[in-house]
Amino acid sequence: MSTFVQDTVNVMNRELKPVWREPMAVVFAMIQPLVFLGLFAPLLPEMAAGDSALQWFVPGIVAMTALMGASFTGANLMEEMQSGSHERQLVSPLGRPALLVGRALKEVVPMLMQVAIIVLVVTPFSFDLHLGGVLAAALVLSLFSIGIGALSFALALASKGEDWMFWTIQQTLLFPALLTAGVLLPVDGAPRWLEVVSMLNPMTYVVDATRALFAGTFPVDVVAQGVLGAGIVAALGLAVGVRAMRRSS
Amino acid sequence: MAPYRRAMTYHHHTGPAIVTRGLTRHFTSRKQTVEAVQGLDLEIGQGELVAFLGPNGAGKSTTLRMLTTLIPPTAGSASVAGHDVVTAQRDVRRAIGFVGQGNGAGHRQLGRDELISQGRAHGLSRADARRRAAELVEDLDLAAVADRKVSSLSGGQRRRLDIAMGLVHLPRVLFLDEPSTGLDPQNRANLQELIRRLHAESGSTVVLTTHYLEEADALAGRVVVVDHGRVIADDTAARLKSGLGDLVRLGFGSPGDAARAAARLERVPDARIEVDGPSLDLRVKDGSALVGELLADLTADGVPPSRVEVARPTLDDVFLDLTGRSLRETQSTDSPTGSTEIESEVAA
Ligand SMILES: Nc1ncnc2c1ncn2[C@@H]1O[C@H](COP(=O)(O)OP(=O)(O)O)[C@@H](O)[C@H]1O
Ligand SMILES: [Mg+2]
Repeated sequence: MSTFVQDTVNVMNRELKPVWREPMAVVFAMIQPLVFLGLFAPLLPEMAAGDSALQWFVPGIVAMTALMGASFTGANLMEEMQSGSHERQLVSPLGRPALLVGRALKEVVPMLMQVAIIVLVVTPFSFDLHLGGVLAAALVLSLFSIGIGALSFALALASKGEDWMFWTIQQTLLFPALLTAGVLLPVDGAPRWLEVVSMLNPMTYVVDATRALFAGTFPVDVVAQGVLGAGIVAALGLAVGVRAMRRSS
Repeated sequence: MAPYRRAMTYHHHTGPAIVTRGLTRHFTSRKQTVEAVQGLDLEIGQGELVAFLGPNGAGKSTTLRMLTTLIPPTAGSASVAGHDVVTAQRDVRRAIGFVGQGNGAGHRQLGRDELISQGRAHGLSRADARRRAAELVEDLDLAAVADRKVSSLSGGQRRRLDIAMGLVHLPRVLFLDEPSTGLDPQNRANLQELIRRLHAESGSTVVLTTHYLEEADALAGRVVVVDHGRVIADDTAARLKSGLGDLVRLGFGSPGDAARAAARLERVPDARIEVDGPSLDLRVKDGSALVGELLADLTADGVPPSRVEVARPTLDDVFLDLTGRSLRETQSTDSPTGSTEIESEVAA
């Protein structure tokens, strides 16, 4: 095994330890999307031709959970920057890229746990479970989570341990990203500028692909665009994150 | 622990453990330049135990951060265990252990997990990393807390865990930044004992920073006194102090008696005399040996002192002598030891 792979696995395993030990924390981290689900679902209008509104809404909530979980994760690194354990790792022979990539890869695990919880919660209601589609969507969302996680770590590193800076930027970007991706409301018929922003937001394509796959359909173009959108986020996130980690001291 | 230690045979480097040449680091923030470390020239041999002593802001941490590859020097160069800290970072990192000012172990992790993960980071196999973690848990008396979340550990326990993390790979050079800061006196004493033992057992080079005089004095074979980013003294604690002489403080019934005694004591060779009211301070080499004779003389001359104190010089006196400032001024937690009087005396 190459040093990079070995180091990455080591970093990822370390990050996963608290997840395995305290899985309830993963549930607490998704309280907000669950509340959205509980509050919005009864308000959703019935859709035409037996399509349940939940079928449209749940994939958005899933994408929202992935975005929130991964975008909060920089806070953990921030805490380690403040406590000194990040510094300790920087002095160890662990490669800089591995310190970032291992952390970003770990984001897949809590995301999958959260998707499973949401699907379990809504299946007894008017939501049709298409297992194959959900699993395919989970792959797209994994790429997306890795990228968002990496960006969140990059933000933590750039904030140099200043909590307010991290949270201000994270919160400022989070809701516009959610809304323009059409997570809670459809963007169709929105003003032109909003449509343009929505088109430029890679998350839009991730959400569209997730919706199609959750519905048990497999439109190749939509799915391919979703994979591409998630792939762009992952590539950008890892590039920016590794750069930030290399500069970290 | 010993057999394992011998099993690791990578002690191939033979030169000094640490060499710095004109090592310099500036920080620029808000257009202000801080010269944190200014032209450090230092050579530390293998197996030495060295303390960097200096007040807060002297540049101790910055020096350690350069030597441990955390930040690059602005100018000059340094090598640790034979590897350049800029061009051979990974080799330096493999050879050193670092216990920083904060906590090396992550607060959400279990202590033992952190030890194992650190061992893996240094290339130990899973089994070796486990074995090594178990050894360290045993050796550093962490058995009761190693399987608890780090955030639940006391300050002293966390510090021992941090040191264990720094020792996982039997480093040739161990750096400790203010290892005992924040600990109560009992834990501080225990930690010093631990460092002394680890140094004796391992033969590693140990470099620590401290702003506690007692710590530098008690622990280190060699004390490098730093102030404003420069080395102002570098020797054994004993030799640094022996240059200063003992302080003999005599109390008299009246200022007149003190003045008369001062006139009598003019004859003592190489002595510095200060009179302050009815009190007289005499600083002289081997004062503790001379004091009997001095008392006999003064009694014979009709000015017997009513009170006598003899104080050995401390490293604070050394610092005061070099800088005109007391190191204790910067310390809030230490006991009041009358050092302020000494300060006004020499500064005058
Ligand atoms: N990252 C930094 N940015 C700006 N100034 C710094 C930085 N790190 C240290 N300094 C300054 O450098 C000087 C030396 O600091 P430091 O090495 O931490 O001292 P010590 O460890 O001896 O207390 C101080 O004046 C400190 O404020
Ligand atoms: Mg310091």
